[in-house]
Amino acid sequence: MDTRVRPKLRVATTSLAGCFGCHMSLLDIDERLIDLVELVELDRTPLTDIKTIGDCDLGLIEGGVGNAENVEVLRTFRHHCKVLVAVGACAVNGGIPAMRNSFALSDCLEEAYIDGVGLYNQGIPNDPELPLLLSQVHPIHEVVKVDYFLPGCPPSADAIWTFLTELLAGKPIGFPYTQIHYD
Amino acid sequence: MAEHSTFRLDGRPIPFAPGQTIMDAALAAGAYIPHLCHHPEFAPHGSCRVCVVCADGREVSACTAPAAKDMEVESQSESIRALRVSILQMLFVEGNHVCPACEKSGACQLQAVAYDCGMLEPHFTHFFPRRAVDASHPDVILDYNRCILCELCVRASRDQDGKRVFAISGRGIGSRLIVDSPTGRLGDSRFAITDKAAHVCPVGAILPRRGGYRVPIGERLYDRAPISRVGDVAANEEA
Repeated sequence: MDTRVRPKLRVATTSLAGCFGCHMSLLDIDERLIDLVELVELDRTPLTDIKTIGDCDLGLIEGGVGNAENVEVLRTFRHHCKVLVAVGACAVNGGIPAMRNSFALSDCLEEAYIDGVGLYNQGIPNDPELPLLLSQVHPIHEVVKVDYFLPGCPPSADAIWTFLTELLAGKPIGFPYTQIHYD
Repeated sequence: MAEHSTFRLDGRPIPFAPGQTIMDAALAAGAYIPHLCHHPEFAPHGSCRVCVVCADGREVSACTAPAAKDMEVESQSESIRALRVSILQMLFVEGNHVCPACEKSGACQLQAVAYDCGMLEPHFTHFFPRRAVDASHPDVILDYNRCILCELCVRASRDQDGKRVFAISGRGIGSRLIVDSPTGRLGDSRFAITDKAAHVCPVGAILPRRGGYRVPIGERLYDRAPISRVGDVAANEEA
């Protein structure tokens, strides 16, 4: 009998220009979360208090790249994760936030902070504490190399479960027809 | 006595009549070959290239290549599937295919073919075109950012409606759908919701108003079964 304790895989997650819906869909695996924590240990993720990412086996990225901080976080994740996954439509192709690419960034900012209805003390926020927006929203594969893509807005809990269990088992990943959708 | 000749599609014998394309004969025999610009009522177009097959060792579009006796046609091999995925990825990055915000999602042929071919990611760099939406018509919205230049609306308007409302203009990546009206706007053209051209768009470019999100998720055309079993959008709309 093999009594060695198998080291758990370390997993980090983050949300860039995302809505946290993909994280909610991950939590939608419900009681299977208990099975999951038997297999993985969480590093930096919105679900833990860890502020800086350590070396991980798997990084799950939700959201596209919309500002300078997103770029920095994404590059840090790529640096520390052996396998990096684009989770959800935003990470895969920019998603809904990329609809702002149809407009000039200055027009978006002026509409939100200067011309919008009911605003007072108008002005575009310019504190250096705030990350600057990029001129366009980008899918994450335009910034770093991505190993797997999991489409959906959000991907269903079942699709996330299929992906995680087959990846953790070292199997080739195959989805049933109903688990893959882009919407 | 006219005897049917056959060719083989993934090993299966397919009968064909002289002059039939690989696509026509396959569809008549109930074999699905993925396609976007092909429509049985219109002359073949050959622009989308999604129906690429390997016929006697050469890659050809099934919708334009004539069937030949004893030809060996491969449609379901891994290399053909990979080729189709690359073509689909090019179509996706060329436009703004934001499925989560599109009324056509779930009943879109581009999306359904991409599901069927197993496309998971766009792979290429997105173009993010900025073409203004034409909302001038009372019954239809025209979103040029979703147009895949299949020319089905062009063919339908010219060949069936006799109106020639649409055409493709420009060259290279600048190619785009245009509308024949004094202002270039659809609302100022002779286009009507009853036109054939209003009902052949395989994607969400020509989008009838007041019908969006009526069908619950789970009951949309391609929610439960792939397009290879369900068939084209146009065929299901007419049924």
